[in-house]
Amino acid sequence: MDDIASWFVWLHKTTGIKLTVFYDSYDRARFLKGLATTVELSAYCLVASLVLGAFAAMLQGSRMAAVRRAATGFVQLFRNTPPLVQLYFFYFALGPLLPKVGGAPLLGSFGWAFVSLTLLETAFAAEIYRAGIEAVPKAMIEAASSLGFSRVQIYRQVVLPLALRATMPAMTNNLVNLVKTTTLAYAIAVPELVYMSAQIWSEQVNVPEMMVLLLICYVAMVGLINHFMQWLEERLRVPGFGQ
Amino acid sequence: MSARAPATFAVMHPLRLQGAGVDRSSGAVLFSARTGIALAALFVASVALAQIAAPPTRPGIVDLLVKWTPLLARGFVFNLLISVFAMLIGTAAGVLLGIARLSPRRALRGASWLAVQFFRNAPWLVLLFFVMFLFPFEIRLGTTTIALPDWIKATFGLALPIMANVAEIVRGAVQSIPTAQWEAARSLAFSRRQTLWKIILPQCVKRMLPPWMNWYAILTMATTLASIVGVSEVMTLTGRITNAEGRTDLLIPIYSYVLLWFFAYCYPISAWTRRLEARYAER
Repeated sequence: MDDIASWFVWLHKTTGIKLTVFYDSYDRARFLKGLATTVELSAYCLVASLVLGAFAAMLQGSRMAAVRRAATGFVQLFRNTPPLVQLYFFYFALGPLLPKVGGAPLLGSFGWAFVSLTLLETAFAAEIYRAGIEAVPKAMIEAASSLGFSRVQIYRQVVLPLALRATMPAMTNNLVNLVKTTTLAYAIAVPELVYMSAQIWSEQVNVPEMMVLLLICYVAMVGLINHFMQWLEERLRVPGFGQ
Repeated sequence: MSARAPATFAVMHPLRLQGAGVDRSSGAVLFSARTGIALAALFVASVALAQIAAPPTRPGIVDLLVKWTPLLARGFVFNLLISVFAMLIGTAAGVLLGIARLSPRRALRGASWLAVQFFRNAPWLVLLFFVMFLFPFEIRLGTTTIALPDWIKATFGLALPIMANVAEIVRGAVQSIPTAQWEAARSLAFSRRQTLWKIILPQCVKRMLPPWMNWYAILTMATTLASIVGVSEVMTLTGRITNAEGRTDLLIPIYSYVLLWFFAYCYPISAWTRRLEARYAER
């Protein structure tokens, strides 16, 4: 660790490339906090949107027309408007309407970013689930029911396992987009990676270096996700399915 | 995507996700008329509520919206300008990059692969920051200096991810053309370049048009990002208007008003895209 730090100090002295995050403990702590916030926000939104997305997909397939229409309206609304405007809408327009608890707002900027991004992701996840369920061939369900499976059994043991596998590539895409969309939280001052980097580069005046580091960080995160999801897809693959 | 083993069960057909709009990065944005109705309802309801709740001593919400509409319209036109230019730049660069992805030269293929991966996987906002801070505010060519205002830099910043995604569209379209076309051209003594530009690419236009238009809709919505880096487009102006008026009851009406504008612009594009998709799918 000390070797790395001293190497970056040497790099700064000899070439002028100033990457304080590697040797200045204060900057490093800020950068790591930003990274942690980005990962945290992505993880919370992912889990919440996977659960809510399944729920929304279920409502979209409901037998009651009103419920179905409401769910479809929700999905369409969140998919077809700029995410930044949604975020501003939640933070600036709905934020002041919430009651305050002990002088502090009920939801801070992180909270609103979580709510806004979760709803956006829920809309996308719902569409993916729905398409996945529709992709399961009718013949499979008929075969299962002719073997005496009940409706619930068919859903749990035939449709869902196949649908989940069919949705994997789209889900990977969604996850990557989620991580990329968390950068929007910068606009409402959530201390995530871009926000923290902006603080560092405005103090240390090392914009180019921080920019490159930031881009490398995001591409690395996305690469890791892609790698993991591809591994998972390989692991879960059923022989005979997929190209 | 890794290559997969061919299907071992002849009976089972591969599972495919049906329906547009499943894969966000392949573009499909789906604007439905229902969304428009929902948005319009939100707008009308919020305006009506705020209008009723507003004290009679202060100007009504409708008056305020009417008063600020010309300014908002100017900002929105600016958004459209940025989106058109970014699309033009991104498409021109993307076509070249997409062709480079198919180059017989290994080094060129590798370099363009890297560029596409990089610009597709980096967040738009970070790319925007990248261009805003690292491009100079003016360029000197000999004795003439060309000023680069913020909005031009933002245009370039937004063109980068478009470039990478257009490159993928081009590559996909070129690869979907039957190999026989290449062989036929070859046997008629066309060079590789001639084959590509005169035979293959003209056939690709049809296949590329729907995803390309989808990306235009996505780009139009993404132009709001420029407000974060200080370009005076519609979101920046909305923020300034709400600050100037200092009325919290204006917030929901004005933001839903802006949402409605975006929808009104993007919906016809989306509808047209779907029509084109349906028409090309029949043949």
